[in-house]
Amino acid sequence: MQQLISFTTDYTRYILKGGVKFYAWMASLAVLMVGMMYVFYLQNTDGLIVTGMTSQIHDGLYFANLVFLVGVAAGAVTIVFPAYAYHHEGMHKVAVLGEMLAITAVIMVMMFVFAHMGRPDRLWHMVPPWGIYSFSSMLGWDVMVLNGYLILNAICGFYYLWCKYTGNPINQKWFLPVVYLAIVWALSIHTVTAFLISTMPSRPMWHHSMMPIRFISTAFAAGPALIILVFLIIRKNTKFWIDDSAINLLSTIVTWCLGIAIFLTMSEVVVELYARTEHANGLYYLMFGLHGLTKLVPWFWTSVILMIGSFLFLIFPAYRLNYKVLPILCVTTFAGIWIEKGMGLIVPGFIPTPIGEVTEYYPSFVEVLLTIGIWAFGFFILTILLKGAIGILLGDIKYGGSKAVATK
Amino acid sequence: MAINEKTSADPVRQSAPACPAQPASADPSQAVLKTTRRDFLKAGGMLSMSSLMGTAALMAQSDDAHAAIEWAEHFQKNYRLMTAEEKAEAKARLERRYSGEYGKEVTVDTTEAQPGVLMGYALNIRKCIGCRRCVHACVAENNQSRGKDRPGEKIEWIQVLRMERGKFEQEKMNHGYPEGLGIQVGGNAYTPAGQVLEGQYHYNPEKVPEEDATYMPIACMQCEKPPCVKVCPVRTTYREPDGVVVIDYNWCIGCRMCMGACPYWARRLNVTNPVLPKEEMNPVTHYLGNRPRMRGVVEKCHWCLQRSRHGRYPACVEVCPVGARKFGNLLDPESEVSKILARKNVFRLKAELNTFPKFFYFYD
Repeated sequence: MQQLISFTTDYTRYILKGGVKFYAWMASLAVLMVGMMYVFYLQNTDGLIVTGMTSQIHDGLYFANLVFLVGVAAGAVTIVFPAYAYHHEGMHKVAVLGEMLAITAVIMVMMFVFAHMGRPDRLWHMVPPWGIYSFSSMLGWDVMVLNGYLILNAICGFYYLWCKYTGNPINQKWFLPVVYLAIVWALSIHTVTAFLISTMPSRPMWHHSMMPIRFISTAFAAGPALIILVFLIIRKNTKFWIDDSAINLLSTIVTWCLGIAIFLTMSEVVVELYARTEHANGLYYLMFGLHGLTKLVPWFWTSVILMIGSFLFLIFPAYRLNYKVLPILCVTTFAGIWIEKGMGLIVPGFIPTPIGEVTEYYPSFVEVLLTIGIWAFGFFILTILLKGAIGILLGDIKYGGSKAVATK
Repeated sequence: MAINEKTSADPVRQSAPACPAQPASADPSQAVLKTTRRDFLKAGGMLSMSSLMGTAALMAQSDDAHAAIEWAEHFQKNYRLMTAEEKAEAKARLERRYSGEYGKEVTVDTTEAQPGVLMGYALNIRKCIGCRRCVHACVAENNQSRGKDRPGEKIEWIQVLRMERGKFEQEKMNHGYPEGLGIQVGGNAYTPAGQVLEGQYHYNPEKVPEEDATYMPIACMQCEKPPCVKVCPVRTTYREPDGVVVIDYNWCIGCRMCMGACPYWARRLNVTNPVLPKEEMNPVTHYLGNRPRMRGVVEKCHWCLQRSRHGRYPACVEVCPVGARKFGNLLDPESEVSKILARKNVFRLKAELNTFPKFFYFYD
């Protein structure tokens, strides 16, 4: 108990301390979060009419981000898996950082759920014993696996940090099985999210069994791309050193998962457009526009250029191993997949509607601001979690050493 | 507080939804009063929940009585799990709120499905002239939002699709597909007929029927295997024993999974507070039917439960000037719908999806 209290106080004290850069970063995120709260208030007094969503296209930017971020959460497994299954030394050192990223991404997903819902005040209707849990609903399963993933990562991550803090040895007997469970669970969260939309025959664009593997391959490209960026920032701004071997393994994973993702996208294009049935209308709208409506066309081609361009550079070790070029490639990969899997996948699913009506959707200012706010919130949590974790890994926070830190 | 007053019996033992013959009684003496320790704990849990969820709602409300009712509405159960007593309470609460809001005596019916009834619908597409009186009658009967300022404020459950008749033309005979690339793989003796363009059901001709068009009215098909019910994470939308798929608007969380799953685009989202002028509001309502909805929930056609459960036709059937719409009990061989199914050429929309609609199209 004594240890727990001192862990909490030391942890809090450590993350509250920081330089001007740190406070400026946190403050600017906080400003965006205030904006988010304002538009969230608007959305829950006036209703979803302040967004671009309609009865025709009722999932938009929020749902797109939700789907994408589930992928980022699952992507954390690209650190944990090599670390524990292949005993990769460089990865093992930083596995806990991957878990922190997973926690953040799942929390952001939940924020987007709140943003997406018409009645967030009734969320408790899903939670037994007050509400009803429906086993036939994919959304119910999604909520369950996401919460499970959050809990598993919180347990793994914070137990590891706790052991580092107190200096106790890790109890491998239960820790390793939980880690392995979390690895398998990571696949489940993205598979179920894919099922969420691919199990609807009413939406032919999504109704194919390629969806889960496509989700996972894009997740394992976008997730590690973000992690590489975070690692490079950590290396530059803290005393914590992340091995080149870890970053290089991640960039290899990004490369090949991105390659698979591109291959799957191209397969879909061929299969759909060769026969060009009415079921291909959604994809056709995305690629070329339909009945003169073309708002998503530039998004799609941007994403294609970003993804293929990044891949062409990434396959050459000269670029992949160059840490000046790598961050740029990570950003382009991340952006490309964000478009492809977000707006590029969700919105055309509704165009045309099941009765053939072609309408368009474009996010409103409220949606954009709320989305930016949630991302800011995510970075806010991520900064806190990473700072605490790094502090413990460096030994800056240690049981019994709290006074030394405080007087520093 | 409303939660403390509620001494609910176990919903499982009571099993209200399983017996359609039992009418929902407003008589409190029929209710079983029993408070178990579990119920008490549940109520306690709800109470702690309440401090979280409802405070904001309370603060936003200026009118006290109104706020108190909405407050209590926040914590009511899923309609299907309510005991008869709780249903009566919910009914009374809603009647009080609606009567206050709309300045007239509003009734909220809770009549349950009658045994031996399975509702069915048949539509003669040969007869439909595209006048869209059904659409307007439906809006008036079912208290849909009818604002004109913003697009999302207008909700119509029935869509009458106007479909152009394609025609084959002599001069196009030798044009082919693909154009100008040597040997053609297809001809051009077709016109993409039946493709519905944007806003095509908002057609507004001077006279109907138009010469070059056919009409296809659609609304909720009341599927026997409804995909929307399967995907609902809170079981707020479900099939009633008489076959109608309904929504408990007070339990809907607005996740819109059902809208995505519906192959007939039958569901609408209340993107804002519904615009329903006092004088136009229909005060005869059903809990699962046409009672006024709230912001953020999904709604759809329910075959006018407030009418059909009392032996009346839905508003669209009643108003149709050409008698294209037929409604009745599928279990009764003498009903109009059963006779149509037995004698006419009948089809269901998107039958390949195995949703088994109880809405049939036929032609003479």
